[in-house]
Amino acid sequence: MAEELSACERRPWVEATETPFVRIKGITKMFGDLAAVDDVSLDIYRGELFCLLGGSGCGKSTLLRMLAGFETQTSGTIEIDGQDMTGVAANLRPTNMMFQSYALFPHMSVEKNIAYGLLREGVPKGEAMQRTADMLSLVKLDGFAGRKPHQLSGGQQQRVALARSLIKQPKLLLLDEPLGALDKKLREETQFELIRIQEDLGVTFIVVTHDQEEAMTLSTRIGVMDAGKIVQVGEPREIYETPNSKYVADFIGSVNIFDGEVDLAAPDLMRVNTPEGPVMCEPMAGLTARQKLHIAVRPERIQLSRTPIEAANTLQGMVTEVAYMGNLSVYRVQLASGQCLKVTAANGLHEENPITWDEAVHIGWSAAASTVLVQ
Amino acid sequence: MKLRFTPIMALLGYIFLYGPIISLVVYSFNKSKLVTVWGGWSTKWYGELFANEQIMQAAWLSLKIGVISASVATVLGTMMAMVLVRFKRVRGRGIMGGMITGPLVMPDVIIGLSLLLLFVTVSGLLSELRTFEYEMLLSVFGDDVAKTLAQMMRTYFEYFPWPQGRGFSTILIAHITFNMAFVTVVVQSRLSDMDDSIEEAALDLGASPTRVFFDITLPMITPALISGWLLAFTLSLDDLVISSFVSGPGATTLPMVIFSKVRLGVSPDINALASLIVLAVSIGIIISALLMRKKPK
Amino acid sequence: MSNSKLARRFVIAVPNIWLILFFMVPFLVVLKISLAEPRIAIPPYSPLWEWVNGSIKFNINFENYAYMWEDSLYLNAYLSSIKIAAIATLLTLLVGYPMAYTIARAPEPRRSILLLLVVLPFWTSFLLRVYAWIGILKTKGILNAVLLWSGIIDEPLIILQTDIAVYIGIVYTYLPFLILPLYANLVKLDDTLLEASRDLGASRISSFFRITLPLSMPGIIAGSMLVFIPVIGEYVIPALLGGPDTLMIGKVLWNEYFSNRDWPVASAVAIVMLIIMLIPIMVLRRAQSKGAEI
Repeated sequence: MAEELSACERRPWVEATETPFVRIKGITKMFGDLAAVDDVSLDIYRGELFCLLGGSGCGKSTLLRMLAGFETQTSGTIEIDGQDMTGVAANLRPTNMMFQSYALFPHMSVEKNIAYGLLREGVPKGEAMQRTADMLSLVKLDGFAGRKPHQLSGGQQQRVALARSLIKQPKLLLLDEPLGALDKKLREETQFELIRIQEDLGVTFIVVTHDQEEAMTLSTRIGVMDAGKIVQVGEPREIYETPNSKYVADFIGSVNIFDGEVDLAAPDLMRVNTPEGPVMCEPMAGLTARQKLHIAVRPERIQLSRTPIEAANTLQGMVTEVAYMGNLSVYRVQLASGQCLKVTAANGLHEENPITWDEAVHIGWSAAASTVLVQ
Repeated sequence: MKLRFTPIMALLGYIFLYGPIISLVVYSFNKSKLVTVWGGWSTKWYGELFANEQIMQAAWLSLKIGVISASVATVLGTMMAMVLVRFKRVRGRGIMGGMITGPLVMPDVIIGLSLLLLFVTVSGLLSELRTFEYEMLLSVFGDDVAKTLAQMMRTYFEYFPWPQGRGFSTILIAHITFNMAFVTVVVQSRLSDMDDSIEEAALDLGASPTRVFFDITLPMITPALISGWLLAFTLSLDDLVISSFVSGPGATTLPMVIFSKVRLGVSPDINALASLIVLAVSIGIIISALLMRKKPK
Repeated sequence: MSNSKLARRFVIAVPNIWLILFFMVPFLVVLKISLAEPRIAIPPYSPLWEWVNGSIKFNINFENYAYMWEDSLYLNAYLSSIKIAAIATLLTLLVGYPMAYTIARAPEPRRSILLLLVVLPFWTSFLLRVYAWIGILKTKGILNAVLLWSGIIDEPLIILQTDIAVYIGIVYTYLPFLILPLYANLVKLDDTLLEASRDLGASRISSFFRITLPLSMPGIIAGSMLVFIPVIGEYVIPALLGGPDTLMIGKVLWNEYFSNRDWPVASAVAIVMLIIMLIPIMVLRRAQSKGAEI
């Protein structure tokens, strides 16, 4: 496993060089008249740590449960490692799940919880106990074998749940909001643990989360979901820098959105008319004149200064709020049109006279920083 | 003002609840048979109680029926609760729910009468089939075939498992039927409160649904099973009306004996019986309260 | 078929077959016999069909229903039962609501103890508890003894063998059935709602009537139905505590079967009782689905 390149390194999705490990084809799940999952198709490759990202009700948990076998799809097929999972009961699938509530068996010890899956497989007791001990070491819970779940802290319970789901070396591990119940610091530590374990064992992970920071940290690729559909799939950088819609741009990180119409497409630059004035962007093919679209500009790509700035796009405004976050400051700048922009700037050492409230400022950004969104 | 009014009303309520029970116990020690005369403390009524063959036999019968019907009802009721709460894609849930609510609210007289009529009808039907005449089949079959078929039918129904006459078995069947509904309600409540992701986790790890039930579900619903059993046992022990309808000669339950005695007026040996039951229940509750304390939540 | 599928079918089948056989079918039998004539025979009614001269003849007659309609006893008994059940339910509510309220507002561990004390009498015999009232309410009973001795009255009160004794008996035995669902509802009520009401200027009483009472409606309905429906058909309490004038349909049915040996009429009485009870049962089902706890 160590010699093989990780999914991050291989990036099979770019050129479709491998057969996808999990193929989700046209999956729809209806609850009455409501389509919780609406014609979703997705290919996930072996060794990936794939995140399904979206707000509540977007269908990500339902999709995960269909992969695990706890819900039956209304239409469509799921293939795992080439095998069609239609009609295969949950207890017979090569998947294991880590539940949001951990779902540890309250009347069994940590050891028995972890060994449960192996014993159901028919693994002899001695071997099962040995593998359980190894797994406890892997998740750094040696010595906790005899404890009961209610005697453990939240973080410890989470590790038992992880150990229990990994010990059977499933082809696919499904994680439902695995870090949701942990506090921030613990969450950060556990995120890297999770990545380490995943790369060590080479198991394919599919993680469901609503936390976009978590998705950005953990994933090889992210699938953003909204109202039952997959809106965009791509590596974290792709999703962040080139979102394909306003929804995705807004969901990941902070973003400033301008609404406008296509004005002029010159060879090097494109001009879009917005209430704030013309915005210059890099040209994009396939647009018609006066087509309505959005421009997204990330706060960190905007420069802020008391003096005029040399840039393709410049505006003037008034600083209405400043939040000092230590490593950077977040500014709210109100423009003449009334729209407020969010601008972040790194704090240098020894700022003599930092920009503060009610100051008139110039802001600017490059044409490349203007991301065009047609949806 | 409400704050004062309500607790006083509540206190009066509790006095109302316990007064009669206390009076039962106190008068079980009254040497005099009359309620208006206090004859001094005596335990003679307890002696009379235990010497009374009829009461003792009835008590034994009621205990047997109670234990058996409670146990069977717990099994059947748990099955039904699982079907109503856990099983997916079950058709006819509404009807099943109705069949469970029925015994809970239907008056005993109707349940008793309907079961009695069922037993009588089926017994009648069976005795007719046991003496089935082949002539009836002659319009369809030939002589020999009709005779053989008739003989087959007579033999089959001879061995058909159905209570002969009425008595122990019919009371048992009746009690199991209404007890089952109560157990279902109790277990159903516990099952729907339970986090079912724990059972899903067991499935996910490779356990078959049957395995999941015995490994995971059953240990987790055990308190509900115990309260269900106790409820069924109490209801069975206490049933007068239904037993009266479906019983037969030789099967007299404790409530039936008590009823026939108290229709005639106050009878202190019944007071003694009541006191013993109150004692048993109180001990039981204290024990269970202590056990609940020990368990970690 | 896999083992799991087989087990699943078994688990669905067994309890349902039992219930269909011993709960549903009996009602059909009652219906059938209500359409029969009484006979001196074993069993004492006419069969549904008979072989007469080689063909089937059905015996269906509605005489029993007509008889019930004509004889005022039955109509009066039904009406009287509904009336008694309604009044008794109301009385139980008046006694039980303050109790449920107090328990729900009490802090732990007192709350659990109070609840336990309400439930405890339920575990002792129902029959014996009704019997206890005989000793208390009879002419030479405890109540009269105390009242006479303390000089409050000169003549003993006649309570036993009247409707009043029946009311006392019903409230006494059915109290836990009302308190439990009501308590379950009240305990979920948010205290902050009442605080908000007080904060906005309402008095305690008006807060109760405008906030607590309406919100506890599902519990009130559930508890009331658990008393009202069974009491309509109650037999033991009117038999032991009521008098010959106490007209309840449960007693009538019992007498038709045990004393008159008239099974067809008893069946007809039962069928009509069931029809009457359908409405409150449906009310109960709706309250159940609205989240009232039983």
